[in-house]
Amino acid sequence: MLSSNAFVDPGKMKDYHYTGPVEHRFSPYSFNGGTVLAVAGEDFAIVASDTRLSEGYSIHSRDSPKCYKLTDTTVIGCSGFHGDCLTLTKIIDARLKMYKHSNNKTMTSGAIAAMLSTILYGRRFFPYYVYNIIGGLDEHGKGAVYSFDPVGSYQRDTYKAGGSASAMLQPLLDNQIGFKNMEGVQHVPLTQDKAVQLVKDVFISAAERDVYTGDALRVCIITKEGISEQTVPLRKD
Amino acid sequence: KMATLAVRQSPVGGFSFENCKRNAVLEGEANKVGYSLPAARKTGTTICGVVFKDGVILGADTRATEGMIVADKNCSKIHYISPNIYCCGAGTAADTEMTTQIISSNLELHALSTGRVPRVATANRMLKQMLFRYQGYIGAALVLGGVDCNGPHLYSIYPHGSTDKLPYVTMGSGSLAAMAVFEDRYKPDMEEEDAKRLVRDAIAAGIFNDLGSGSNIDLCVITKGKLDYIRPHDEANKKGVRTGDYKYKRGTTSVLTKSVTALNLEVVEETVLTMDTS
Repeated sequence: MLSSNAFVDPGKMKDYHYTGPVEHRFSPYSFNGGTVLAVAGEDFAIVASDTRLSEGYSIHSRDSPKCYKLTDTTVIGCSGFHGDCLTLTKIIDARLKMYKHSNNKTMTSGAIAAMLSTILYGRRFFPYYVYNIIGGLDEHGKGAVYSFDPVGSYQRDTYKAGGSASAMLQPLLDNQIGFKNMEGVQHVPLTQDKAVQLVKDVFISAAERDVYTGDALRVCIITKEGISEQTVPLRKD
Repeated sequence: KMATLAVRQSPVGGFSFENCKRNAVLEGEANKVGYSLPAARKTGTTICGVVFKDGVILGADTRATEGMIVADKNCSKIHYISPNIYCCGAGTAADTEMTTQIISSNLELHALSTGRVPRVATANRMLKQMLFRYQGYIGAALVLGGVDCNGPHLYSIYPHGSTDKLPYVTMGSGSLAAMAVFEDRYKPDMEEEDAKRLVRDAIAAGIFNDLGSGSNIDLCVITKGKLDYIRPHDEANKKGVRTGDYKYKRGTTSVLTKSVTALNLEVVEETVLTMDTS
């Protein structure tokens, strides 16, 4: 075996031959898991995320929600690399304040989404490793969801899942909210209670099969009355 | 002399033996000062075993993962070797399953040939000789336990074929969490209930703190007179209760085309078996 030459003179430092320059790499990113989900209704919006923060096979925290309140009518969910999530939300908060001070009004959900796109693209060549979903009410009081990729491409949606279990949740939402792949089903508009119930149920399913999702679920419901929060326990294994 | 322009990239494909020389040097240096290098981690499991007053107890979680997705929420990791010997398996699922089945089969033939109850040391010897023959390519990390004519025995067996005979062992990605519990609370000659509680808590530590382990706790208590295969011993994680109704009505899936082919069969025999509905 290759290591047998180590037994020739155990403990003595072996002579190394210069093999040429070798590239060493340090990765500035790490993946901290987490799943985010947002649903837009007629006069409400829901942003939900699990609260588990993990790295590798370990759990850093069981109580680290990924929903961040931006204004009275907007909540952002950020998952991916936690370091970039924290920095990005700090930057967004600062920019919100700057806008308020110069324009004497609070940023609308659509404006925040457009701004976030430019912030993310500004780091096109060293991206924020964050999957963002904004949920809130637009200027007309209707529910709005904006989903992003790590470099700022965005669009307005009715519903979107992001993060580690997104591939499991998105098809389920397509079926239950978008009525895709179903025949002869009445397209009833989504009520707030049905939407909250659906969000809780899909996360229970996600926690079953995705190791990064679990511990607890934080649901933020945005209506013209304000933002209400609910916390639901999930599997802890 | 001109500087080398080409930067050596990490080699693609195949097995890389680059680190073996470095590891051998590091191991030598570490051993000289009295330390040993940490072993490589196995993926997605917590298994453990403990020797107590009357026998051995084996424990395992029940999650099987494919990458970071749960493939099986309730798989059985405690495998049968012989009526008095059982084996927990971590690592590649197919390898642990087939290896234990092969040794179980050979051990049964061996027992018939010797006319004696198989010994744990025999199973250990057969397992290690097979794993060594395959030079670590069979990714099976096992915790072997049983009771024979010489008393209770517990072995841990590594994929390359080395074995350790110890009073308490843990394997898998959750082994550190489980071993932490053992190192805190293990005592020699424990009573059965204390030992069961200890193994249960060790596996629970793996289930809750390691992402590769989860779901339920299986236990196997082996003593001279009896065998208790408790599956599950503890349903530590229950699926959340969903409040919505997701049943699909008949006709939800659209039928694009339908063709019916009649099979012309003749009735040869007709028998009626009544069902006992009492």
